Amino acid sequence: MADLKLTNVKKVYANQVEVMRDINLDIKQGEFIVFVGPSGCGKSTLLRMISGLEEISGGTLEIDGQVVNDIPPSLRGIAMVFQSYALYPHMTVYDNMAFSLQIAKVEKGEIDKQVRRAAEMLQLTPYLDRLPKALSGGQRQRVAIGRAIVRRPKVFLFDEPLSNLDAALRVATRMEIANLKESMPDSTMIYVTHDQVEAMTLADRIVLLSAGNIEQVGSPLELYERPQNVFVAKFIGSPAMNILPCTMLAPGAQTRVALANGHQVSVPIDVPAADQGKAGFFGVRPEHLLLAQSEDEVLLEGEVSFVESLGEATLLYVQVPGVEDMVIAKQTGTLAIHKGEHVRLCAQPEKLHLFNEQEHAYR
Amino acid sequence: MGQLASALVTMILGVLACAAYFYGSNALLDWLFPGKNRPAEQIARNLRIANRIRPWLFVGPAVLVLTFYLFYPVIDSFILSFHGRTGEEFVGLSNYQWLLGSDEFYESFRNNMLWLIVVPTAATFFGLVIASMTDRIWWGNIAKSLIFMPMAISFIGASVIWKFIYDYRSGDDPQIGLLNALVVFFGGEPQAWITIPFWNNFFLMVILVWIQTGFAMVILSAALRGIPDETIEAAVLDGANGVQIFFKIMVPQIWGTIAVVWTTITILVLKVFDIVLAMTNGQWGTQVLANQMFDWMFRGGGDFGRGAVIAIVIMVLVVPIMVWNIKRANAEMEGR
Amino acid sequence: MVTSKKGSALTLVMHASVLFLVILWTIPTAGLFISSIRDKDQLSVSGWWTALSTSEQRLVERALDPTHQQFEEGRWVIKGNLMGNSDGEVVRFGVSSLQPEAHAVGEVVDRKGKQIQVFANGDYTISSDEEMSGRRGDRIFFTAEIPPRFTLDNYREVLSSEGLGQSFINSLTVTIPATIIPILIAAFAAYALAWMKFPGRALLIAGVVGLLVVPLQMSLIPLLKTYNLVGEFFGVGSKTYVGIWLAHTGFGLPLAVYLLRNYIAGLPGEIIESARVDGASDFDIFRKIILPLSFPALASFAIFQFLWVWNDLLVAMVFLGNNEEHLVLTGRLRELLGSRGGNWEILTASAFITIIVPLCVFFGLQRYLVRGLLAGSVK
Repeated sequence: MADLKLTNVKKVYANQVEVMRDINLDIKQGEFIVFVGPSGCGKSTLLRMISGLEEISGGTLEIDGQVVNDIPPSLRGIAMVFQSYALYPHMTVYDNMAFSLQIAKVEKGEIDKQVRRAAEMLQLTPYLDRLPKALSGGQRQRVAIGRAIVRRPKVFLFDEPLSNLDAALRVATRMEIANLKESMPDSTMIYVTHDQVEAMTLADRIVLLSAGNIEQVGSPLELYERPQNVFVAKFIGSPAMNILPCTMLAPGAQTRVALANGHQVSVPIDVPAADQGKAGFFGVRPEHLLLAQSEDEVLLEGEVSFVESLGEATLLYVQVPGVEDMVIAKQTGTLAIHKGEHVRLCAQPEKLHLFNEQEHAYR
Repeated sequence: MGQLASALVTMILGVLACAAYFYGSNALLDWLFPGKNRPAEQIARNLRIANRIRPWLFVGPAVLVLTFYLFYPVIDSFILSFHGRTGEEFVGLSNYQWLLGSDEFYESFRNNMLWLIVVPTAATFFGLVIASMTDRIWWGNIAKSLIFMPMAISFIGASVIWKFIYDYRSGDDPQIGLLNALVVFFGGEPQAWITIPFWNNFFLMVILVWIQTGFAMVILSAALRGIPDETIEAAVLDGANGVQIFFKIMVPQIWGTIAVVWTTITILVLKVFDIVLAMTNGQWGTQVLANQMFDWMFRGGGDFGRGAVIAIVIMVLVVPIMVWNIKRANAEMEGR
Repeated sequence: MVTSKKGSALTLVMHASVLFLVILWTIPTAGLFISSIRDKDQLSVSGWWTALSTSEQRLVERALDPTHQQFEEGRWVIKGNLMGNSDGEVVRFGVSSLQPEAHAVGEVVDRKGKQIQVFANGDYTISSDEEMSGRRGDRIFFTAEIPPRFTLDNYREVLSSEGLGQSFINSLTVTIPATIIPILIAAFAAYALAWMKFPGRALLIAGVVGLLVVPLQMSLIPLLKTYNLVGEFFGVGSKTYVGIWLAHTGFGLPLAVYLLRNYIAGLPGEIIESARVDGASDFDIFRKIILPLSFPALASFAIFQFLWVWNDLLVAMVFLGNNEEHLVLTGRLRELLGSRGGNWEILTASAFITIIVPLCVFFGLQRYLVRGLLAGSVK
């Protein structure tokens, strides 16, 4: 039930290593925000700074308009669900959920009411008297969430909560979290993960981080369709977008670019005239590369050096002459294409991406 | 009974006082710098101050006790070693000169070195051998438990036990000491073992080896069990035999643990005192540094300066291990 | 594992060698225990390993003096029994120290005009035609087979007359507080060193590790000087229980802090952070999370410290002194070793009394002890 505002937030460790640089972010009440990025990008550090477990080295963090940099975690109105669940192993499920209220000296009847309400929501009522070690992984995860709910926080923080679960349970719990969000539309939730599927399915907005910087903030589809730079383009989507070096031949509303092998392509993206002749990158997602039906729509061609059949789709690894990296094309269904065959690939022009030399996207 | 009751009361008071300190000081801190029901800015300030003070409330008593009981004495011993009998008049290096000219010092230094070489080596070796064997037999845990048992016995108790084994009866009387009985059984001459110069040192060392082997065994056994099975299986597939696997695959992997066991026992050996005191009191050429120091401080000697010099020698011998220990602990902390 | 697959011969060798080592390691203690419950006369003349077999003893007894002679059937006769009230069987006897086994039982032996006869049950008769004279009875040498005898007399004796009971209480009085106080102090310090941030923390940890190896003998003189001053100041003397409790606390603290810090630092950090988010202060976290979770480490250190303090001789000698009312068990044992060095019935029983408590603690709580040892050494 709160807005969050991060202004120029920084994190510098004692050995002068700067791990977060000038983070600016506005989070509105009721939003489900996902921090995603490769490991070491600082997403967990950022979450921990919001929680108050990690000190903020510079800049300000506001919750509901109040600067909370120096306020201890417990008074920030946040609750956190940890990766390892962090259940107190010597306390029953009930005591685990009641702990924060007991510390806050809430009166017993009220504690009981809150705990039972949360347990009801998460179908934990039959397990209230058990110790965490007698629960399954999914149940433990629910207890951790219940512990957060009981506190009625303004902001929920999730630190990779699903990474300790097996694949099937992960999907189920992901849906549960989505349901939870739906049942509490007013609470703000911030969720950290390295798994882009979680990010895409859960988030209202994704914050993509890398090496202590925000690369892009936007809705999942925005990030998928309009990545701001090569990093985002490659991070979102699987397999990653094919990025090929190119030269801007004729900028304009329809830009003509030349690929490394001399092949020329026309892309409906506006490139400023000043960039004529400059190097850049041409991007196309594997799932947008189709087998060409006719000669004149061919975008790329080359020899198939590897075929991966996944059942629902087939991945073709194509060696395009003059292009260093293998180009991947993802075709739906199974195909009778074998190693060594020559293939021609095409794509709809509006699915193509162009990036400048600094790897920023042209819009 | 009266004593028991008063001991009980004092004991409870002591423990309560200790607990009360921790409770009280924390409550006081929370009362002075409240972290609730105040404006946010004040809370932030209060908590910053409280968080700076609180660690010292926690470590305070430990730091005080350690300083008074271990740190200050090290410094004071150093100073005392430059002073005379009563510790008052300054005598410069004359205590050190005395030490270097004293035959007894050389004797105890030599003996200490013998102890330092023999006991850790023997205890670690036996510990390793027993650990590797007991891990493979079904009654291994019982065996381990029994070999570990001497660890619970005091040095002085162990001394009585072994004095009984080394007991010697002159003439034709039946030997009631096990060792002499065995010697006689095999047709030898019974000996007064602990009075045979030089070799008697080894008879005393046996006692400490007997006590410490269990310690080495327990730790090395855990280390051996921590070795990934895959490495051993790989060695089997590579055609290594049992002995080769043990020395070329297993031992190198637990080298760190062996070093820890070795140094732990070494430290203990440097402090060895009770066994010599009880068995021979340093007679018949069995003197060691710790016992010699005790002699100079509290018995016949009554010379604080000379006692302190010997203490310094022990300390100097310990320093390398200390440095190594600190380095290891630091490396460990960075590894976390 | 590996070798067990290689046929039973090697396995057999392994079983045999472990058995041999176990016997080697347990025999000294077993010998002590068996000796302590043997009859003290048997203890001093035969090894404890013969305890279960009938022992053959060469004894000498003086027969009743001539005042006990009676006139029977025309002869003067002295009757008595050599064995007293103990049971056993006489196999041979003699009348001179040169030939103590000269005669079989039942044989009649002449000596200076007297006929001496000894029977298997120890009965003897000395008869003479004339009235016997002299103040002392004849010496009879005999070899007897005495069946094994076990008794708790040795324990009864040391507990009452040798002051061991008193020392037992003294040892308890020293040991229990000297175990609890350091745990409390060390646990708080260990938590702070593991999970609280403050300047000088790394230095303190290094200090603790360094002090781990300081020989406590170094501390004795400086501490004794200070204790004398403090004792004078309060007028209580320097040898007090409080003094020795604190001394043991000081000497045990480095290990305690080190062990507990290792353990507490190994607890999952997210649990502690979670408690912090839940609003718990460091004191709350310590009490409600750390203490319950580090029970195994606390128990293991407690056992360590208990064994160490109970078994300690040096600190007790220096800080509690050697006077009768303060002597702890180890000190008493040492004193007996000096004064009653040859009396094995006293030494063995006393030694067993001093080691029985640590042995019980050891076997009862071995699990925790091992766990603690490993927390400190294996990484």
